[in-house]
Amino acid sequence: MGKVIVVTSGKGGVGKTTSSAALGAALASNGEKVVVVDFDVGLRNLDLVMGAERRVVYDLVNVIQGEAKLTQALIRDKRLETLYLLPASQTRDKDNLTADGVEWVIGALKQTFDWVICDSPAGIERGATLAMRHADVAIVVTNPEVSSVRDSDRIIGLLDSKTLKAENGERMEKHLLLTRYDPVRAERGDMLKVEDVLEILSIPLLGIVPESMDVLRASNVGSPVTLADERSAPAIAYFDAARRLKGEMLPIAIPGEKRGFFGKFFGRKAA
Amino acid sequence: MTSVLTQPRPIRLKGRSFLALALTPEQPFEDWLVRLDDLAARSAGFFMRRPVVLDINGLDIDRTQLRELINKLGARNVRIMGIEGARPSLLGTDLPPAMTDGRPASNIEAPSEGESVESKSPEKTAPPAPPVPQAQPSMLVTQPVRSGQSIIFTEGDVTVVGSVASGAEIIAGGSIHIYGTLRGRVMAGTMGHASARIFCSKLEAELVAIDGYYKTAEDLGPDLRGKAVQFWLEGDTFKVGSLA
Repeated sequence: MGKVIVVTSGKGGVGKTTSSAALGAALASNGEKVVVVDFDVGLRNLDLVMGAERRVVYDLVNVIQGEAKLTQALIRDKRLETLYLLPASQTRDKDNLTADGVEWVIGALKQTFDWVICDSPAGIERGATLAMRHADVAIVVTNPEVSSVRDSDRIIGLLDSKTLKAENGERMEKHLLLTRYDPVRAERGDMLKVEDVLEILSIPLLGIVPESMDVLRASNVGSPVTLADERSAPAIAYFDAARRLKGEMLPIAIPGEKRGFFGKFFGRKAA
Repeated sequence: MTSVLTQPRPIRLKGRSFLALALTPEQPFEDWLVRLDDLAARSAGFFMRRPVVLDINGLDIDRTQLRELINKLGARNVRIMGIEGARPSLLGTDLPPAMTDGRPASNIEAPSEGESVESKSPEKTAPPAPPVPQAQPSMLVTQPVRSGQSIIFTEGDVTVVGSVASGAEIIAGGSIHIYGTLRGRVMAGTMGHASARIFCSKLEAELVAIDGYYKTAEDLGPDLRGKAVQFWLEGDTFKVGSLA
């Protein structure tokens, strides 16, 4: 049985799709079977970021409506043979995502894949709640600025109340992925400090991804940043995050600061 | 002039409890009404100025029978303000509303022969309920209260072990205690409890209110931010004190 991860944030533009693709590729690079599912019906982007936009035939909505088999809709990545994409529909209405349909698709994917990564749309509407509903683990993507942090807090509240795990009285495992962290702006003090974000959200930190041109460059060539240039700073951050997701204990370095923050952050892990 | 518009006065909602007389009819109603008539004959106006609640707990009656009983009581100048112990399906919009959570007080003495209610002081006819030792209800929240979450507990105090996020809200009938950072909105003493207080270990609140009086973050001033403080009311004025 695979693990279902939802990548969510509430706010748009913080890096959910980039992170879904990058983490998916990082996990698949070790030979584990990974599928990344795009839940953003009507505004799909994951196919572009993963460079599969010209190979989409069937999509998630087709599968849910019974117009295509799940295997027909899955697109295998050209670079990593264990990485798959299940695209969203760009033309259909998002109301075509039914709770029963999503449950069936996730259940079927869990049987064959080690990791099922659900790329949530922004907002707290149907698409976002369905994407998180069947998750085992949540990755909350947050930028170090107030509106993103507040929206993430709202999403954490929903993760603790509206998911299947929460309704069964279990605790949803939640991780914070801080993205678009700018060391220069942090130095000047016009960005929230990592500590402040952690204090407000009080969930364990999975990684800090620096703001970088490499991310934009990778998106433009249709490649997850972890495949485009695996020595770049954001790629290293995503590879480390993927290893932490698998349970490894790795120190987290704040970009721009020389010393490791091992003691500091692992002291907080229980938050 | 404009200050009237920019600072709208909130509507104050207060809770208040009254001592009501609970009538417990017994079946068959005809016999019971005869005994009630007998009581009323001894003391005209015994029911006149009292709030009367009809307790039909354990009675096997339908809506028609209930309406008939209320009409018969109405003909005797006994006006029913509420019904206790009724199934929700039994009550329609034309019947008095349901009353719940009634607490027993001491029995009210029925007037004896020839006694007139008007001559009696109210203290004697309706003695105040003796203070029964009772635990004050309170609510404990051990998780952080997230943005968009709303915790409403009108019965008493709310204690939060954790932070209250920006965009979260706590409404309590009693006091509010926050062992963490208060960034959201908190309203204490909402049931008309002016002695309620608000405590927090770090103040970053958007709004604090006690018994309908409120202050926004702007009114609170910068010198209190980040401090451990408490709020209380003294008459109409909002007081703030350091807890450190």
